[in-house]
Amino acid sequence: MEIIKEVNAYTPVIPKKKYSPVKEFFKNWKKQKLAFGASIFILLLIIVAIIGPYIAPYDPYEPDYNTTLQGPSNEHWAGTDEYGRDIFSRLLVGARISLGVSFLAVFLGAAGGIILGLMSGYFGGWLDRLIMRGSDVMFAFPDLLLAIAIVAILGPGLTNVVIAVSIFSIPSFARLVRGSTLEGKETVFVEAAKSMGASHRRIMFKHIFPETLGSLIVFITMRIGTAILAASSLSFLGLGASPETPDWGAMLSLGRDYLGTASHVVMMPGLAIFLTVLAFNLVGDGLRDVLDPKTKNE
Amino acid sequence: MIPILFIVSILIFFFTHLIPGDPARLVAGKDATLEEVNIIRAELGLDQPIWDQYITYMSNLFQGDLGTSLKTGLPVSEMFADRFMPSIYLTFMSMGWALVLGLLIGTLSAVFKNKWPDYFGMVTAVSGISMPGFWLGLILIQIFSVQLGWFPTGGAESWKSYILPSITLGAGIMSMLARFTRSSLLETLRADFIRTGRAKGLKESVVIPKHALRNSLIPVVTIAGLQFGFLLGGSVVVETVFSFPGMGRLLIDSIAFRDYPVIQAELLLFSIEFILVNLIVDIMYSMLNPKIRYVT
Repeated sequence: MEIIKEVNAYTPVIPKKKYSPVKEFFKNWKKQKLAFGASIFILLLIIVAIIGPYIAPYDPYEPDYNTTLQGPSNEHWAGTDEYGRDIFSRLLVGARISLGVSFLAVFLGAAGGIILGLMSGYFGGWLDRLIMRGSDVMFAFPDLLLAIAIVAILGPGLTNVVIAVSIFSIPSFARLVRGSTLEGKETVFVEAAKSMGASHRRIMFKHIFPETLGSLIVFITMRIGTAILAASSLSFLGLGASPETPDWGAMLSLGRDYLGTASHVVMMPGLAIFLTVLAFNLVGDGLRDVLDPKTKNE
Repeated sequence: MIPILFIVSILIFFFTHLIPGDPARLVAGKDATLEEVNIIRAELGLDQPIWDQYITYMSNLFQGDLGTSLKTGLPVSEMFADRFMPSIYLTFMSMGWALVLGLLIGTLSAVFKNKWPDYFGMVTAVSGISMPGFWLGLILIQIFSVQLGWFPTGGAESWKSYILPSITLGAGIMSMLARFTRSSLLETLRADFIRTGRAKGLKESVVIPKHALRNSLIPVVTIAGLQFGFLLGGSVVVETVFSFPGMGRLLIDSIAFRDYPVIQAELLLFSIEFILVNLIVDIMYSMLNPKIRYVT
């Protein structure tokens, strides 16, 4: 007894610090300076998208023919367009449209792709072949072209842009999740869950799906950038938002006639799209480094 | 490939027929009577069941007949004849310089890792990926056409007309190729055979291009092939910005008029091009790495 007491007295006391993956993530995230900065920018952008219409200094729809095509000034920080509307106000309100369309499209595409990918990888057999051949067919169309074709069928408009962009996102998500599911279903914990009689749905969503989350988060972030570009391209081509809507792509499309005389009409919305997509790409790169340390610094 | 093309052709045919609006009414004009519209409908074969229309379409397609444009009344193949080659030149020119610059920037970034050429290369790459093509095109027009007057603002009259559109179209791919070349090359540079090469006294000018770069090219070729689709999609936007008389702009004009014979022929052609390029990429794999051989 004495000996045991003595041994206990010399055993170092390890502080009971609970490991938190979230804390670990934020610790590593702060080290990614560029991506950290970009994530702050995105956060601000999301806030602008929510409160934009309330903080806009001017009515984004109200024309003022006395101030048409004015360059940036103290009154109009980003200048005015051909109808005299304040471009800065339109950009603030447009943030909600541009972000809303791309977020919604990517999340719908991700939801469809996740379900199809999980089913394809988990069940295999004819279902896998059917889903993969289906995605092969969709991959036979270049992304933007597929979106253009869908909008051509459904007609122009933001709702149809969301549908088009989400449809072209589905096969990429399905492929990604299928790959992870094929790996995941061979793991010991899935075998254990199966032997305990867990249902297919439970195994797919409770055991395999969380394993795919790391790569999914990276991919979703990257896809939001792609979706913003695709949606603004469709609006630029006149297939997305109607011209009077303060959508960034539509604003740019309207402004191109004034490129020689008032280039700010084109430059400002273009800069907004560029910086937003850049921020999402930088965050995606940073997330990949944090969530997949193998690729760090490459 | 053939089954995929077959399914693609069915999808394109049926989906373009879902485009709202009556093509017979479009051809006949607003003031045409119902009788006249019905005559045109019969002439276009639109009164037939949809499957019969598909079979007729496919049998005509195999004979080189892509249909007749509802807007111009010209055979679609004739409309493509003038526009196909400018688009092909534009696409290959974009891919050409994107490959050269992408490989160069990627290689320099990997060789000078964490030094200024690397930072410069990667800032260029991430910016190129994030920049909307139509915006870059408009900036280039503003600087090089409007202000400096070096290049025309649009059209496809001379080689000069191709410079700005091809830079705009290739920028995204160049950036992506630079990133992939860098990461692939960094991985290869860590391999044992590179260490062996350096240990036996090979110069860096031999190790990098002959040993490292060649072995890093497989993922780069994959990306180049996949990105070809981006070029086809991007050409629609870029041709619109530069008023370039190519296939992409024709597609947008046709959508505006709901000229579905042109739309379906274009979509089919784009898909065939895309699938063919992916096939060429598969063949190139085995050329770059003889270990990869397909067993059938």
